Amino acid sequence: MNQKNRVAIAFVVVIAVFTGALTFGGAAATASQQPPPSGTAQDDGFVPVKDLGDQEQLPAAPLVIGAYAIAWIAVLLYLWSIWRRLSRVESEIASISRRIEAGTRPGAHP
Amino acid sequence: MFAYAPVMIVNAPYESTMGLVQKIFYFHVPAAMTMFAAAFVSGIASAMYLFRRQPEADRVALAAAELAALFGVIVLISGPLWARKAWGVWWDWDARLTSTLILWLIFQAYLLLRRYGGPGSDRLAAGVAVFGMFNVPFVYWSVEFWRTLHPKTTVVPSLQPGMREPFWFCVVAFLGLFVLMLAARTRLERRRAELEELYLAAESD
Repeated sequence: MNQKNRVAIAFVVVIAVFTGALTFGGAAATASQQPPPSGTAQDDGFVPVKDLGDQEQLPAAPLVIGAYAIAWIAVLLYLWSIWRRLSRVESEIASISRRIEAGTRPGAHP
Repeated sequence: MFAYAPVMIVNAPYESTMGLVQKIFYFHVPAAMTMFAAAFVSGIASAMYLFRRQPEADRVALAAAELAALFGVIVLISGPLWARKAWGVWWDWDARLTSTLILWLIFQAYLLLRRYGGPGSDRLAAGVAVFGMFNVPFVYWSVEFWRTLHPKTTVVPSLQPGMREPFWFCVVAFLGLFVLMLAARTRLERRRAELEELYLAAESD
């Protein structure tokens, strides 16, 4: 190996060692750095729900009343719709039965 | 029974962490169980209609699908009202909530097909109802398969004694209400079929 190659190899090795030292050294320094001590909860803006004032806590009663009201309203509306549709169909059945008995065609106008 | 249920619910003990809002449980869970029952009834009746061509089965399937949609509305509204207090959000796209919404949409699709699908849509809708029925175990077990915000299936078996009686009373009340509404809705479809036959008989005279 001639002089020029030895110098080149030595140069590459020095650069590699220097770069590695910078990389791993920097990573080690960052990892070892301790995070700043956390402040109080109020410094972070976090407050447990149970410590909130009454005005800021969500009241449960409207939610419970709303849930039960929805169930009742939905059931009653559905029952009402069935009753209405059934009444209409029953009246149509009665009407067409009368027309059949009377011997007239449905839809015929006097 | 449905009218007496609130009396039992008021007398039930408060849950230690959620307090008053937990009382939504006594309507939310029975409504979900009834929705599942309605989906099963619709699916089984639809399968009978597909394979045996029984018109009465089709009427029962349609009635049960409407009730699955109705009780699904109760579940999907009472749940978020409870979630707003318990989780701090109205809705979360976790497995149980999302799969329940999809189940409800499947039966909405069934109803839209029956209403607007035209000739032959009754059989197509029956296929949709069968598909919806097979979704029910998926919805029920979703809380076990995935990490969800929603409580797991062990809640009901582990209820404290004061909560068991009102809960099961509400379950029986909801299922009884379902049976009555199913009978009424099926009667409506039966009378509509009779009306159509009368019109056809009158036209042929």
